[in-house]
Amino acid sequence: MTTTVETGKSAVSHSSPGAAAPGPRRTGRLRRGSLPYLLLLPALALELLVHLVPMVIGITMSFKELTQFYLRDWGAAPWSGIGNYRVSVDFDAPVGRALLHSFLVTCGFTVLSVGLCWLIGTAAAICMQDAFRGRGLLRALFLVPYALPVYAAVITWVFMFQHDNGLVNHVLHDQLHLTGKPSFWLIGDNSFVALLVVSVWKGWPFAFLIVMAGLQTIPRELYEAAALDGAGVWQQIRRITLPSLRSVNQVLVLVLFLWTFNDFNTPYVMFGKAAPEAADLISVHIYQASFVTWNFGTGSAMSVLLLLFLLVVTGVYLALTSRGRRAADA
Amino acid sequence: MPRSPMAAPRSFLWTRRVLLTLLTGFVLLPVYVMVSSSLKPLADVSGSFRWLPSGLTVRPYIDIWSTVPLAKYFVNSLIVSVSATLCSVAVAVFAAYAVSRHDFRGKRVFTVTVLSTQMFPGILFLLPLFLLYVNIGNATGIALFGSRGGLILTYLTFSLPFSIWMLIGYFDSVPRDLDEAALVDGCGPLGALLRIVVPAAVPGIVAVAVYAFMTAWGEVLFASVMTNDTTRTLAVGLQGYSTLYDVYWNQIMAASLVVSVPVVAGFLLLQRYLVTGLTAGAVK
Amino acid sequence: MRSTRAAAVGAATLSLALAVSACGGGTSTGGGSDASPKTLTYWASNQGASIAVDKQVLQPELEKFQRQTGIKVKLEVVPWSDLLNRILTAATSGQGPDVLNIGNTWSASLQATGALLPWDAKNFARIGGKDRFAASALASTGAPGKDPAAVPLYSMAYALYYNKKIFADAGLTRPPATWAELVADGRKIRQRGKQALGAEGSNPSENIHHVFVLAKQHGADFFTPDGRPDFTNDGAVAAVKQYVDLMAKDKVVPPGNAEYAQNQSVSDFAKGRTAMLLWQSAAANLKSQGMKESDYGVAPVPVQSGSPGTGTQVNSMAAGINIAVFKNTHNLDGATRFVKFMTGDAEQKILNKAYSSIPPVTSAQSDPAFAAPATAVLRDTLARSAAALPQVVDESQFETAVGTAVKELFADAAAGRAVTTASVKARLQKAQQQMPAK
Repeated sequence: MTTTVETGKSAVSHSSPGAAAPGPRRTGRLRRGSLPYLLLLPALALELLVHLVPMVIGITMSFKELTQFYLRDWGAAPWSGIGNYRVSVDFDAPVGRALLHSFLVTCGFTVLSVGLCWLIGTAAAICMQDAFRGRGLLRALFLVPYALPVYAAVITWVFMFQHDNGLVNHVLHDQLHLTGKPSFWLIGDNSFVALLVVSVWKGWPFAFLIVMAGLQTIPRELYEAAALDGAGVWQQIRRITLPSLRSVNQVLVLVLFLWTFNDFNTPYVMFGKAAPEAADLISVHIYQASFVTWNFGTGSAMSVLLLLFLLVVTGVYLALTSRGRRAADA
Repeated sequence: MPRSPMAAPRSFLWTRRVLLTLLTGFVLLPVYVMVSSSLKPLADVSGSFRWLPSGLTVRPYIDIWSTVPLAKYFVNSLIVSVSATLCSVAVAVFAAYAVSRHDFRGKRVFTVTVLSTQMFPGILFLLPLFLLYVNIGNATGIALFGSRGGLILTYLTFSLPFSIWMLIGYFDSVPRDLDEAALVDGCGPLGALLRIVVPAAVPGIVAVAVYAFMTAWGEVLFASVMTNDTTRTLAVGLQGYSTLYDVYWNQIMAASLVVSVPVVAGFLLLQRYLVTGLTAGAVK
Repeated sequence: MRSTRAAAVGAATLSLALAVSACGGGTSTGGGSDASPKTLTYWASNQGASIAVDKQVLQPELEKFQRQTGIKVKLEVVPWSDLLNRILTAATSGQGPDVLNIGNTWSASLQATGALLPWDAKNFARIGGKDRFAASALASTGAPGKDPAAVPLYSMAYALYYNKKIFADAGLTRPPATWAELVADGRKIRQRGKQALGAEGSNPSENIHHVFVLAKQHGADFFTPDGRPDFTNDGAVAAVKQYVDLMAKDKVVPPGNAEYAQNQSVSDFAKGRTAMLLWQSAAANLKSQGMKESDYGVAPVPVQSGSPGTGTQVNSMAAGINIAVFKNTHNLDGATRFVKFMTGDAEQKILNKAYSSIPPVTSAQSDPAFAAPATAVLRDTLARSAAALPQVVDESQFETAVGTAVKELFADAAAGRAVTTASVKARLQKAQQQMPAK
């Protein structure tokens, strides 16, 4: 949180001299007092309406005791101070412990999912850097999971993961005889694996797309020079391709992280309102805390905590990676 | 950009072959299941899994339209997603242009704020947004809650942060000299934007539009609370196939396919733009 | 330059206006807040095979109402997955339907929100009086001692559905009357290679309905008389263990059912894969899946010993749907008239026949259609041995917490992990701690 506030502050102090004296960019002719603000107006109005004002309302709710008794007139709900927060982070009590569990599950899930998406996406993009027969077709094919509507894709996986009639058990158990008896994928501990598979299946094409775009910006001369030095393909990948993707990866990993961490659609379509413990992702957990148990105050407090966590992680991540980049550039 | 023309070693070629084959299988498996199941009779999909249908039937494709008012949901989704996409792109173009070409007080605050909304958990503002829409409706008579309009506003804002950020990157890569020349020729700043910058940024704009469209097309959480019978979208409406009585897996698969085909087709047609668009926008 | 600036303003406002109005196509159907006395908005729950079926059933009746009163009813059939959320948001915003269906177990919870019209003596008088309704149905309309928040519309009860052919093949001549008999019969059926009993292991509500009844049979309750959660008393633990043991120890419920949550167990039964099913008013459902009425028998749900009755002989929850009036309605008179219409004898007969439920209106029960053997079991169960789920404010949390605990226990059983009294108690302990503090 502090990081962002600081960025915000330094941004203001940064731009005020910029407004007084011409900035580093050549913008003289284009600068007209109110024009940029007019151009920003629609975006600003929408952000205010849909994101910022509701967020303020949400934060307000998190300080209220908003149960079903006060739903009809939530303005009249009594203030509970930091009561909702205390309940949420009291890890000795069940609500807090469940939240912590869900948080840890989500962290593990996100790290694995983002890692695998990145790995598969990058590997595929590098494999498809050179032209070969059928490359265009394969590229189109690989983008299909990303293009499929979430509901359609996830429900198909649910169909495949069924215990009695699913394809996965049919292959693993009936045909390959890998398991002694059919496994459960939608309940119990395996549900984590199932969720991860679906998430990676849906997510890696995005990494593939971005890395593919990033590869196009690497100058050909670099490879030619390396080839002259006698570097083979593997060495070229290690010495040129991967380092050049550094800035792409910085953005890609962050975006994937935020999307995966906040993803609601996938677990919700997969498990419904009561997710198995092993796959109890935080977005569904908070949904359950607010909508199923009708305690919107605690639910809001949990969301605010989640938001704070994401802000801190993003801030630290950006600070670390930018410093790393500067060091590497220097 | 291809690497050196030097022949790749065997190890690389084999790795590539194996990896791409595995990935193709991984990607295609659910697609195959979707297609084949949609052509199976109900008995096949509710019994043990079989790779090949016991008999082919197009019945599910006929039934899907009557089990659930799919056509209506389709139209709703189309209206909502297309409007949200158009509006989102327009709003993002203006905002990105302002940030890319102008210095103004509060610029960093604006970009940081907009980008940080990307990390808001949807669940935090679901109920507040809903309350806000209802209150606006009560105060002004503009029906936002339960209407397609409210959903359009919501979705278009969801895709704004990423779109603006992408387009800033893309506009930055369009040489400034071009629009300055246009200004010299007597175009206003807006003329420069519409006649010079936008045409030069088509791939970026297409990439953003695709992203905005898909965000709107697949969203479940807000749609389930903010729509009603007449405005329900596909993502929510498809749940109607698992009814109180039975799960019509073959119909679910057929409907999923019907819903996916236009999106996937459009997506694949535009994929070239997507790569070039992302190259300059997100990746520079 | 003035013109450029004007153009910029124009563009900026245009895109905003576009954003707001591109959408004009959207219709405002928020519903009841329109102060128009000639229309009503009605949210019906999904009772039939699909939403389309419900519309076919209800639309002609709504037209009948319009002919009688001149009031047009706008119908929306809300899927179960959305209904509670929609009601919650409607309660929060005050913008909702005029009349709506609610699951009868939600009555006390929704009553606490104050969003529903209380049915005091005066309001009841306008629909013909409280006495018209069966007492067991009225018990599920709100917290005891308060004016009901809703009026019974359809009543349902659990029964044991059994496949006659599988029973004959296994040499069984009559359905089991006690749980011990059910387990023994199940063994014989399994020896013939068929599945014995179906269950919806991943559906919290179904789990609750069964463990609630079993707790009654163990002489226990999940709530103390003053409404505090008491999930870990010996009777409750024994009830949950007995239910999960049907899979874990007795093996009459196949492990695959642990992940069922979308009524797959009904499909299994309809397709002749399982021999028995405990379900509420399944006739229309089974018919729609192609099972002939002559293929299955209907018997009361088993008890521990003896025959069904009250107290520890309870063998079903008093299931059902209530109809409620949204307090914010601007057409209170029309809404009440609509409730009167729907609970009138004529409509009660038509609608309950269509949904294979039992009319909660006693005078409508005399119709011969409800005396057929299959329906008679349900009717008698409702009259003699059904109990209302606890009408407490936290019912929704109870369903979620305990229902999910049972789901997790089923998952344990399916994975071959032991289900012991200790592990059951631990899960229930955790569920109880998740209940709101008092």
